[in-house]
Amino acid sequence: MTTGTDTRTHRDTDPRIDRATVLDGGAAGGPAPLRGVAVATRDVHLAFGSNQVLRGVDLEVAAATTACVIGPSGSGKSTLLRVVNRLLEPDRGDVLLDGRSVLRDNPDELRQRVGMVFQHFNLFPHKSVRANVALGLTRIKGMSKDEAADRARHHLDRVGLAHKADVRPGTLSGGQQQRVAIARALAMEPEVMLFDEATSALDPELVKGVLATMAELAAEGMTMLVVTHEMGFARSVAQQVLFMDHGRVLESGEPDRVFETPETERLQRFLSQVL
Amino acid sequence: MDILNTLQETFFDLDAMREALPELLRVGLPNTLILALTSAVIGTVLGMVLAVCGLSHRRGLRWPARVFTDIFRGLPAAVTILLIGVGLSPVGLQIWGPNPYPLGILALSLIASAYIGEIFRSGIQSVDDGQLEAARALGFSRPSGMRLVVIPQGVRRVLPALVNQFIALIKESSLVYFLGLLASQRDLFRIGQDAAANTGNQSALVLAGLFYLLITVPLTHAVNAVDRRLRDGRRADGAARPDDADGELGLADTPLALTQEAR
Repeated sequence: MTTGTDTRTHRDTDPRIDRATVLDGGAAGGPAPLRGVAVATRDVHLAFGSNQVLRGVDLEVAAATTACVIGPSGSGKSTLLRVVNRLLEPDRGDVLLDGRSVLRDNPDELRQRVGMVFQHFNLFPHKSVRANVALGLTRIKGMSKDEAADRARHHLDRVGLAHKADVRPGTLSGGQQQRVAIARALAMEPEVMLFDEATSALDPELVKGVLATMAELAAEGMTMLVVTHEMGFARSVAQQVLFMDHGRVLESGEPDRVFETPETERLQRFLSQVL
Repeated sequence: MDILNTLQETFFDLDAMREALPELLRVGLPNTLILALTSAVIGTVLGMVLAVCGLSHRRGLRWPARVFTDIFRGLPAAVTILLIGVGLSPVGLQIWGPNPYPLGILALSLIASAYIGEIFRSGIQSVDDGQLEAARALGFSRPSGMRLVVIPQGVRRVLPALVNQFIALIKESSLVYFLGLLASQRDLFRIGQDAAANTGNQSALVLAGLFYLLITVPLTHAVNAVDRRLRDGRRADGAARPDDADGELGLADTPLALTQEAR
């Protein structure tokens, strides 16, 4: 079902992406380069009361590749992401990072390794953009304020928003807020990034900036699991597309195969509605 | 005209006011401020504890907080002050002597904490769940996420209600007179009332009332200013059209414009 061994980067498949349009180039002397690790789930089940949301999900995302999860609303996509970083604990099954089960690890420490970006950004509105990015660095990683500020500046620079460091998130556009949210997650130097419909709440003209930032991350070697309705992004950036319905992965494979020759009637119907 | 003169002499006799003024300033005002401020600080700290316990997943914390709040919010303030101030006075006598202030402050603090706890709880609950989720996704534990992210936002939202509660507390501090105060322990109300009882003229009480207004009216306006500022802040957050200084909108020309086919 899955193609976890596919290690192509989107640069091999989509020469259209121009990193210079998004990133100003990382500041010299910044943190270590991105180091994505493999992520996998095995037979993951999760129910909320009598509502069985995940019914045995297997997925395999190779290190430094991108997998996009598509599917109708209520199919369990966002829940799956939250099981990967254990914001939700599975009833059954396993979650593996770099080939090792993480269900017995301290969940707070696990989440430092797995960054997450949300549909509604969830920036902290009472703190400046810089403080949003630096909060985890000082309070969790134990950095000094100066070190954290440097790291925050580097990552804000990365997403082209260093000049907004002192403003409150509420004064930024949705696209800018989402890029700050990406910078905040990246500042913790995660090994995997989860994106939960990161562009769904944005005005159409702001979507492209966020997608370009995400594409750049993929190009730099981050392992990414992306829940998205952006079929174009899935097609051009991902090495693997998974189609979920009713808590199961019904179909998965390389994007071209999934979009061009869907095997199940359900995926055919879904694609006919969204494309 | 007689009626007007009578009213003026009864309520606005300047000589009576002048006579009461030094004591109101020297004794009554400091005592009222001591009672109100101390109770406000203790009530706020205790209120935050009640709010956090009230929101806990643990029944052993949630239920006691609930019961405490129901009792001290449901009883008349005078009953609570009398029960604690008089009922516990033998204990107080052994610990700090005949001074009624500690028990009065305790009673006022408990009453205030029940209200302030509910104010904090509503503020904290009004913060979007996504805020705690985002904090936890960064690696914060639930308590840390609450302390650093959720509670500060919740408290800001209820600042106007909190200041209103402080105003109520300043007024309720006058009920401590139930506990029997020495001359040097009297608050604004008691000094005004004593003067009115001794002279049969209400002017000193009116002056005491003016002192209360002098404290509470500026606070009321401060509440309005805070509220206005918070509203303006929300408007700026929600509706201000962001600039496009970084050329974000210009990214429409990037190749990923092709990714809009799903829209």
